[in-house]
Amino acid sequence: MKIRRRDLLKGIAASGLLVAAEQSPAQAKRARKDLPPNAVGILYDSTLCIGCKVCEYACKQANNMPVEHTSSKEVMWDDPQDLSAKTLNIIKRYGVEGPKDTVEGFAFIKRHCMHCLDPACVSACPASALVKNPENGVVTYNKKACIGCRYCQVACPYNIPKFEWDSPFPEIVKCQLCAHLLVKGGISACCAACPTGASLFGPVEKLRSEAKRRMAMEPGEYYDFPVANIDGTEVQQHRAGAYVQHIYGERELGGSQVLYLAGVPFASLGLPELPEDSYVALADGIQYAIYKGMVYPLVVLGGLIYIIRNREEKKE
Amino acid sequence: MQERQALGGKVLTVPFKVCAAIVLIGLFFLGKRFIFGIGSVTNMNDGYPWGIWIAYDVVVGTALACAGYSIALIVYVFNKGEYSPLVRPALMTSMFGYTLAGISVIFDIGRYWQAYNIFLPWLSNLHSVMFEVALCIGTYILVLWMEFAPTLLEKFKAARLQARLNRIIFVFIALGILLPTMHQSSLGTMMLMAGHKLSPLWWSGFLPLLFLITAVVIGYAAVIFESLIASVAFKRPLELHLLSKISALMPWLLGLYLVIRIEDVNLRGYLPLAFEGGLLGNLFLLENLLLLAALLILAYPNNRQNPRLLFIASCAMLLGGSMYRFNTYIVGFDPGTGWRYFPSVPELFITFGIIAAEVMAYLWFVKTLPVLPKFTKA
Repeated sequence: MKIRRRDLLKGIAASGLLVAAEQSPAQAKRARKDLPPNAVGILYDSTLCIGCKVCEYACKQANNMPVEHTSSKEVMWDDPQDLSAKTLNIIKRYGVEGPKDTVEGFAFIKRHCMHCLDPACVSACPASALVKNPENGVVTYNKKACIGCRYCQVACPYNIPKFEWDSPFPEIVKCQLCAHLLVKGGISACCAACPTGASLFGPVEKLRSEAKRRMAMEPGEYYDFPVANIDGTEVQQHRAGAYVQHIYGERELGGSQVLYLAGVPFASLGLPELPEDSYVALADGIQYAIYKGMVYPLVVLGGLIYIIRNREEKKE
Repeated sequence: MQERQALGGKVLTVPFKVCAAIVLIGLFFLGKRFIFGIGSVTNMNDGYPWGIWIAYDVVVGTALACAGYSIALIVYVFNKGEYSPLVRPALMTSMFGYTLAGISVIFDIGRYWQAYNIFLPWLSNLHSVMFEVALCIGTYILVLWMEFAPTLLEKFKAARLQARLNRIIFVFIALGILLPTMHQSSLGTMMLMAGHKLSPLWWSGFLPLLFLITAVVIGYAAVIFESLIASVAFKRPLELHLLSKISALMPWLLGLYLVIRIEDVNLRGYLPLAFEGGLLGNLFLLENLLLLAALLILAYPNNRQNPRLLFIASCAMLLGGSMYRFNTYIVGFDPGTGWRYFPSVPELFITFGIIAAEVMAYLWFVKTLPVLPKFTKA
């Protein structure tokens, strides 16, 4: 009986140590990430979007993406239902409940990579195939590094990265903000093509103040709206919509470089309500608390080697 | 030193042949996967990028293979040499379990031909939990083979090599305890990143701790299960005195787990979800009731002497612990855009093939190698 009690005490002590090592998971969080110095992004204004899908076409042209037919009917154009390994950018229409004269019963939303400040995909990727450019903050993909584990898909809170399920040599596919055009001094194809300025390219700081300017507008009055590039010259006059007083992407999960404005609640546009701290920061914080830069595991290993060696010697 | 012996006897028995047939079917679908892509054999999709190949083969499979870890922990750290007859069979199941989990990862990852990229220093992402898991599991597979090597050397009578290995084996034994502690908890940390996509009944800051405890619980249960089955199947005496002793630890571990598990959900305010009657709530209850049942059975010393009750308790722990892990990776996961996942038949057969291969290797090894303790018929 004596032996058993000692066993139990040891068990309890060991479990206690584990709990202590774990600390309080709720507090283990690392600091939020700042905007990269020359961060560029997109401000998408749902109230300006007319759903013409020219941005989808321009995206496929600029990125060499194949057409996608999802309906069984004969159609002349491609008709993706959602983002996929063939579609990097999509305009979706959501039905919205409400008085017809204010929201006309529906609203558009444009979906593609948000280029998060603290991207879950980048943190998740074991082989650094997804990286965030330290200068402009664009999250790009390198197929030469990717092992195809799809942890980025599990980790992305917006379900953006897609996988080529039907290829023996599959790749991850996602919007890279037309990084290949940016290096040549261009802007993202979707913004360049947008006829109303609903997709507006520019430095994130400027886009944030532009979004704030719009939210302060008097609904129904005419105002100037920049088109394509906030640093460009083209301007159009539009009636201001009745904006929801929230910039989606400004704070969600630590913020992103793609920002959304809308006249209807974001939840009804399929954008999840998210906390301000990223899950990455939480996971990193817990990993750090447990491992303290591999110091703890090495100490434990040393202890184990000492104990086991002693026992083995005693046996002989 | 405990004497061990090979069981001997015919290897090509009926169960062995049935397993071989399942392996062949699995290999057929595997061929299809490598020629036409993962989508041609599985139901995985962009909403559910991980299916049973990860959730069962790796996440549950390596927990089942924690027998070696759990026994090593008690034998070497808590200095209970009396349990050493359980070490070799436990190490062997661990070796098979982990090796096959490692192999099944190659089937699962899309760009397997450049899997080594993870370990190229200029590509390794030290912040990635997946990197840590891959590195730990990869190293642990090597460690398990080194720990098992004395058995092979004994068989081939390589005495000099055996003596040399014996001088440094303590390093491998120490690593064999450290590495599973790290990667088994990290398998829980992995799903922290799923955030709002994982049901609050499973998403928790305690994921790493709960995964570590389930690894130990499932590991012990696997030892009890394996020992009882082997005794009955090969008509050997039960190792009851040892099994009942290691079982005495379980009620405490299960109690600790259940307190953390329930209290964590409760403090975050999601406990009512469990009683709403939905699939997730019911699975949450079932998962914890199974572990509670094992706790109640093993809490009474008399029950621990009863092979039937020991067997039931070990099954409850294997099921409850595995369900917790499976639910965390698949059932409780909902990407939220209408995606659905249920494994396809070919996908299942590849997993069955892996299990069958493991059973075949077990049968072959115990019959030809000195794994099980020696006994003479009275």
